[in-house]
Amino acid sequence: MEYTMNEFDVAVIGAGHAGVEAAVAAAKLGVKTILFTLTLDGIANLPCNPSIGGTAKGHLVREIDALGGVMGIAADANTLQSRMLNLGKGPAVHSLRAQIDRTAYHGWIKRMLEQQSNLWIRQAEITAIETKNGRISAVVTRLGARYPVKTAIIASGTYLNGEIHVGEVSYPGGPDGVAPATGLRESLEQNGIYLRRFKTGTPSRVHRRSIDFSQLEEQPGDPEVVPFSFTTEIPPENKVSCHIAYTNPETHNIIRNNLDRSPIYSGRIHAIGPRYCPSIEDKIVRFSDKDRHQCFVEPMGMDTDEMYLQGLSSSLPEDVQLAFLHSIKGFEHLEIMRNAYAIEYDCCDPLDLRPTLEFRQVKGLFGAGQFNGTSGYEEAAAQGLIAGINAALQVEGKAPFTLDRSTSYIGTLIDDLVTKGCSDPYRMMTSRSEFRLLLRQDNADERLTPMGYKLGLISEERYQLFLKKMEEIRLEKERVMKTSVAPSAELNGLLVSRGTTPLNSGTKLADLIRRPQLGYAELAPFDPERPVLDRAVCEQVEIQLKYEGYIQKQMHEVEELKRLESQKIPADLPYDHIDGLRLEAREKLKRVQPENVGQASRISGVNPADISALLIYLTAQKQKG
Amino acid sequence: MAEKTIAAISTPNAVGGISVIRISGPDAIAAADKVFRPVSGKMLQEHKGYTAAYGTVFDGDEPVDDVVATVFRAPKSYTGEDVVEISCHGGLYVTRRVLMALLKNGVLLAGPGEFTKRAFLNGKLSLTEAEAVADLIQAGGEQSLKSARSAMKGSLYHTISSMKDRLLTVSGHIAAFLDYPEEEIDPVESDEIHTVLQDVTGELSGLLSRFDQGKMIREGIETVILGKPNVGKSTLMNLLAGERKSIVTDIPGTTRDVVEGTVMLDGIVLRLADTAGIRETGDVVEQAGVSLALERLETAQLVLAVFDSSSPLSEEDRMLIEKLRDLPVVAVCNKSDLQQQLDIAELRGFFPHLVEISARDHTGVEALSSAVLDLLSLHDAEASSAMLANLRQFSCAQRAFDLLQETLQTLEMGYTLDAIDVALESAISALLELTGERVSDAVVDQVFSHFCVGK
Repeated sequence: MEYTMNEFDVAVIGAGHAGVEAAVAAAKLGVKTILFTLTLDGIANLPCNPSIGGTAKGHLVREIDALGGVMGIAADANTLQSRMLNLGKGPAVHSLRAQIDRTAYHGWIKRMLEQQSNLWIRQAEITAIETKNGRISAVVTRLGARYPVKTAIIASGTYLNGEIHVGEVSYPGGPDGVAPATGLRESLEQNGIYLRRFKTGTPSRVHRRSIDFSQLEEQPGDPEVVPFSFTTEIPPENKVSCHIAYTNPETHNIIRNNLDRSPIYSGRIHAIGPRYCPSIEDKIVRFSDKDRHQCFVEPMGMDTDEMYLQGLSSSLPEDVQLAFLHSIKGFEHLEIMRNAYAIEYDCCDPLDLRPTLEFRQVKGLFGAGQFNGTSGYEEAAAQGLIAGINAALQVEGKAPFTLDRSTSYIGTLIDDLVTKGCSDPYRMMTSRSEFRLLLRQDNADERLTPMGYKLGLISEERYQLFLKKMEEIRLEKERVMKTSVAPSAELNGLLVSRGTTPLNSGTKLADLIRRPQLGYAELAPFDPERPVLDRAVCEQVEIQLKYEGYIQKQMHEVEELKRLESQKIPADLPYDHIDGLRLEAREKLKRVQPENVGQASRISGVNPADISALLIYLTAQKQKG
Repeated sequence: MAEKTIAAISTPNAVGGISVIRISGPDAIAAADKVFRPVSGKMLQEHKGYTAAYGTVFDGDEPVDDVVATVFRAPKSYTGEDVVEISCHGGLYVTRRVLMALLKNGVLLAGPGEFTKRAFLNGKLSLTEAEAVADLIQAGGEQSLKSARSAMKGSLYHTISSMKDRLLTVSGHIAAFLDYPEEEIDPVESDEIHTVLQDVTGELSGLLSRFDQGKMIREGIETVILGKPNVGKSTLMNLLAGERKSIVTDIPGTTRDVVEGTVMLDGIVLRLADTAGIRETGDVVEQAGVSLALERLETAQLVLAVFDSSSPLSEEDRMLIEKLRDLPVVAVCNKSDLQQQLDIAELRGFFPHLVEISARDHTGVEALSSAVLDLLSLHDAEASSAMLANLRQFSCAQRAFDLLQETLQTLEMGYTLDAIDVALESAISALLELTGERVSDAVVDQVFSHFCVGK
């Protein structure tokens, strides 16, 4: 029997990284929000690696933080070890990654959610949605509780009809022993939303005492840790080290000899797995010339001896897992605590979504995270934030909030999803952004904090601090552009030692900073008037000057993008009646339903002549009035 | 609207009195200033709309033509954008060189109907004209698709693919190295990037410089046969063409108009025009023929100047020599079967490419073809080597070349990999326009197919 519960403005289905950001953003924006989770003990779980950030993902975390999201602050509060990756390869690809205490992270976020006003947390499985006139009207739990809602966000991760595969054995299940969610699929299909099957996997967790660390390489954290969040005043400390182990030809032989017992190679799994996250058996089959593969041994937390084996994801049978692990130097006596597995799950086709992440088929229904075909905690959190913001804005009758590609990796991620779709779980990479010299992790605040403030997700106090930082950057840039440096033996000595031409006459300090071979910091002895400034301020001055030419070039490309994006396409454009569109372009445009000409131009199969035809049609319509 | 700046020849693709090259877009005036040197010294940037300047168009340091440049300032122009129209002398060759000089300075080749499209989008055309524009663009789109498809075949495709593959290998390596810092990926060495960039830049530069040769080989070489009356021009033409095209008589002035014929000479197509003999003449019809012959010189890529071996240089010969100064000329001394009266050494002083033939006895044809190949530097241009087929391909290749140069600069100045990679990607993207692929997908595919990355 169904019974009706209290009404909510926003229902968030799933409390993983997407669900958490969505719920907090909506609640902070002042609308009545309820967060459903299969189990309260699974809130903000890290079911795969105990780390947050990395290349492009670290950028996403910084952007989430700059908009007023949760992940950066939570990661800083629960960091075990932190490293800035890619130093020396250029500021656009510097990437922060932190090892995270898994249970502490879960506990911290759960507590934060409990303290959030406008937010109700409920352990319940949503098995159906109800719609009225093409709009979401209620969500229903397995127990029959009917919650009337104005909007809902599905963030079901890998739980929806999850199926676990280990060797010859398959059974319904979600990650970490939690039962899967069922039921929602039928309800969505009744509303014209058809789901697909994707697959991912995770390696085993093993006992610390069974590893011979003397046989492994140690990987310590950075001597000086940089936090994710703008608001973190005291950077976290390194508490642990990671270690590196290597597979060997014997490991590979064991795996090769047992491929027939793999559910993927024997053909039992048909779902598409992520290209960037291959299992160890994939690596050995596809790159048979490599005689070793790395494995990072990562601690799961301070209060546990569980260790995560990054790089050894597998769906081979448990006995084979144990056998190949034992062949690795340092792992001879390894004790598995949780075995590796592959998991298949339901996800939507993101081409059904608008850039707000709302489904075109059902008004007020949004999707976020792995349910949208992505992979990764950070990708999920980024979408959750945008979906949460837009659900709240819709409830309040305000204009939607979207980010274009030139503003952020978040915008790039969502644009890729809703414009190109994805044929395997989507992972963010720096090479996916054509504007990556602008979208650095070091300037996420400059790009997004004013937007977060305008939305109401950034506090006045934080905004004032942000403005102060911007002003300091401006003043210091101005100063170094005015300050002259005279040639001297010491200075020329430094210049020559760096392989750059010595000075004959005086030059501006800014021109020295512009040289790729020189840094802002090392010029301090030749800059007696230099004020004491925050590390982050000096960093901006240096990057903005050094990469000025490249930044300007990309800004020019941004203008080109904005020009096309500013030409909106009405929702119900009759593509069948537009002259000059080729058949392929017509079909693609009808499928994607782009919001503007810029988005249309990025659809594969739509060429410049089609865009011209579209522009001419739109202009002609305008002339007709 | 911050559109790209485009240019194209906007007069019909034929010989006329004057040809106009139109440049439109935000950088139109600045781009024109890069190739145009005004007599007055006043840059076009300093000109108001609706004003014109006289000067010379340069391709690098080489003067191409004396022209008039007219400046139109947005929105008062055909397209509604800043526009410069360069009026030059009507020859196809000269007009194309002016356009190519612009393409070498960052201007893009306008697509079919693109000026009209911009005019319409900027409210310069009425609604009734819109459909015609759409048709035009559609036709152009089909055409460029076809051209892209044809570029997918043959040796040009192989050359471009090989460049693309090498650049993508580098870009994929950089992307994998940057996006997967913890995997065991060999560091990207700047020597590795440098070598590939220089190789490809060199090959592109070769393709670009062979563009004219390519056009010659494909479309044939516009060849004019000139000489005073009755030196045997028509006999030569008939010899080359292997049929009687021109009426051959002993009466001077028999050929009164231009006779066209196409012949193969050692694998190269000559598009021959036999002309009326050049002399001062009172005959009106013949005079028209003579002026037509001289006009032909403007578009000619090859001139076969015929002299009579059996008589010394006449006044008419000397007049002709004067007219042919600095043109691509092979001097053909006909009637070598007769007693030699001509001072060959003196003539060689004017024309280093000189052959002696007897058109009547069919001797000397091989020497002639060899001289033609020498003159046009076509010896090494085998028909099978890669050639850019049209200006659109030239424009793409030129852009890729420019962007690769920028990438090389970024590398040589010591910038970090992120900046190098972004520069390299735009170059690849320009190159991929030739084949219609997209760069970001190509790089991501490259990473996953060649590197064992991921947790």
